[in-house]
Amino acid sequence: MTTVLDRDDAPVAEAPRTFIPTRRSDDDVPLPRTSLGVLPLENRFLTWGARVAALGLAWVIVDRLLPVHGLGWFVVIALLCNVVLLGVGTLTIDSPIAMTDRVVQWVVSTAATVVFLALLTVLFFIFKRGWAALHYWNFVTQTMHQTLPDAPYNQGGVLNSIVGTLIEIGIAVAITLPLGVATAVYMNEVGGGFARMIRTVVEAMTALPSIVAGLFIYSFWIILLHEPRSGFAGALAISVMMLPIIARASDVVLRVVPGSLREASLGLGASRWRTIWHVVLPTARPGLATALILAVARGIGETSPVLIASGYATFMVTHPFHGVMSSLPLSVYNSVIAPEPQAVTRGYATAAVLMILVLTLFVIARLLAREPSPKPSLWRRIRRSFSPVRRPAAATSALPSIMTEESE
Amino acid sequence: MTSIPVQGRPEQDVRPRPISRRPTGGDAVFVYSFRTIGASVLIITGGIGVFLALQSVPTLRHYGPEFFSVHEGWNFSTDQVSVASLLVGTVEVALIAIAIAFPLSVATALYISEYAPPRIQATLISAIDLMAAVPSIVYGLWGRDLIQPHADQVAMFVDRHLGPYAVHGAAVGRLLVVMVSGVVIWVTLRWALNIKSRWAHIPLVVGAAAAVALLPVTFTVNADPNAANISAQVSSFQKSAFIAGIAVSMMVLPMACAIMRQVFSQTPAGEKEAALALGSTKWGMIRAVVLPFGKGGIIGGTMLSLGRALGETIAVLLIINQVFQIKPNIFETGTATVSSTIAAQFGEATGIQLKALLTAGFVLFVITLVVNTLAAIVVNRSRSGNETS
Repeated sequence: MTTVLDRDDAPVAEAPRTFIPTRRSDDDVPLPRTSLGVLPLENRFLTWGARVAALGLAWVIVDRLLPVHGLGWFVVIALLCNVVLLGVGTLTIDSPIAMTDRVVQWVVSTAATVVFLALLTVLFFIFKRGWAALHYWNFVTQTMHQTLPDAPYNQGGVLNSIVGTLIEIGIAVAITLPLGVATAVYMNEVGGGFARMIRTVVEAMTALPSIVAGLFIYSFWIILLHEPRSGFAGALAISVMMLPIIARASDVVLRVVPGSLREASLGLGASRWRTIWHVVLPTARPGLATALILAVARGIGETSPVLIASGYATFMVTHPFHGVMSSLPLSVYNSVIAPEPQAVTRGYATAAVLMILVLTLFVIARLLAREPSPKPSLWRRIRRSFSPVRRPAAATSALPSIMTEESE
Repeated sequence: MTSIPVQGRPEQDVRPRPISRRPTGGDAVFVYSFRTIGASVLIITGGIGVFLALQSVPTLRHYGPEFFSVHEGWNFSTDQVSVASLLVGTVEVALIAIAIAFPLSVATALYISEYAPPRIQATLISAIDLMAAVPSIVYGLWGRDLIQPHADQVAMFVDRHLGPYAVHGAAVGRLLVVMVSGVVIWVTLRWALNIKSRWAHIPLVVGAAAAVALLPVTFTVNADPNAANISAQVSSFQKSAFIAGIAVSMMVLPMACAIMRQVFSQTPAGEKEAALALGSTKWGMIRAVVLPFGKGGIIGGTMLSLGRALGETIAVLLIINQVFQIKPNIFETGTATVSSTIAAQFGEATGIQLKALLTAGFVLFVITLVVNTLAAIVVNRSRSGNETS
């Protein structure tokens, strides 16, 4: 204030000039930049400190104070201690709002970790328990026919169940794929009141308990039509279960095909059938493949339809209409309820074979569903790094690099 | 200047060309053949319901209304057959599964969509999908041989320390039921149905009153240590509805989680950023934006997984000890569900017994159908708003 008044008193002759502000002394030390997305140092210390302290506290409580023992109690009490310590610690340096935030974050991350750990234990447990029988080659090249349930692991195997599962799922896919995709095409491309009704019924039928599908085939195919239990009956039961799943998943896939593609094709004079065959279905092909494979993964693992309609046998049956055809999930079930420990281990090994099948299908589905990456594939990058052809320098712009590739 | 066009031509020449949506030629073949396929799929899938309904007519004629009586078990040899104990077991297992799967799936979906680093998001989504593809018998084995040895200890602990309350009289049990249901109704009214009026607080008040009334009873229970029927054996807590529920929860969790994650990821980014820009914490943002937006997905996903939990067969059959009684204590060994009973008994069943099993299957089918239809309506309604944009 005073300086301004002083200025007024000063002679006018002095021209207005720029003042360079003098630096305040505490500005000399530059403040560290706030890093967004990373917690401050004291909070990170608190996170790890609460974890370490919780482990120690849990040891004291479980091993020294309480009469309960065991790893389970230790884990539970360590988790409880961790969240309490974290909450109290945050409250000492921050507001209650921040405390709620940290505690919720802890709860959410811990719950997610529990879920993913559970998945890992499922996979690991099956392979660990089945490994004793699984690592003999004869497990997938022989059958249990004329082999006692308590025979050593280098005799017998589940080849008949693998073959039976593949035959049954093959028949089921041959039935459900055309029907399911055609139904989805009808629901999406033709439309109308009837299509809406089909969609409602199909959506309702995805809820069908798999045991009811098996029971339906049992009472219809076996009791009403007097056919024997066979692989085909099992395939029918799986089909009844898979058909609504495939139809619904394909319906979702076809729905996201852009309408402009259809309109372009129709505008060029193609008929509706040509449009579907040459435009809609090829566009949706990866999605349809994913839908099919995920439905197959569901169908392969279902025990109850084959339990009712197909039955279990220890010998090889390849004719779908004659004889009781075994399948992998049913073989697992029949082995693990047996009293012999060898049979239980074989059941686990069979479950591991089933899991390998499901995992393979799953990986194929993921690879098909993946969008094409803009980067060249790993294989091409490796090949290019070994090829003697001169590669464009990294500094050149996009245009010359395209031209060099074309000239190669 | 404007000139009026001379109308020299006769009028019938400018009549518009007839336009029809009726397909012609190859398109007609396409439409009618696909309509036939659609009709056959309708007959196959819809036929199951009709077929099962027809099969239940002789059952109901034979057993009459006793088929739903709560006083009889499920015993073919004495011809006393009632589906009530099976239904109670089914609902018990399904509710335990949902009670475990619901918090875990909400947390996992929130973690994937909000907390996880973007690099691992796609991997986590694949892991959840893989969980859905794992066969149910594998979860059954996991529950029977890995979880049961630990879970029975937990069941015994809980039963020992909470059991006396249930034993010591119906009063405690009723008060507990009133308290819990009051709170549940209050939450449902306030949050799910969005009713903010004053009378919506009544259930909470009732629940609080029950809790206050519970306190003196609790102290009298604790004063009497001999009131508990403590059984020392762990084995009497194995093969129970509780352990079957744990295995089933792993099966329904990925389904619920996938639906919730999908709905959470559709939350408008602008609203989330607005909440953060106004200074809210991450949890504040989730509570104010993500959860209200994903409400339909949470409810619908939970109900869809409930539908699947009701129909689960082989994992339950592997774990439980088949006992055809109505058991209020979920930790106690032995229970029976509709689907596991069908799987266990269809082989020896003949004639009217098979019809009874089919009828039980039909009852299960109707229940799952109702649950799933409600869930589908809720999920579709929650998404219909933002699909238009």
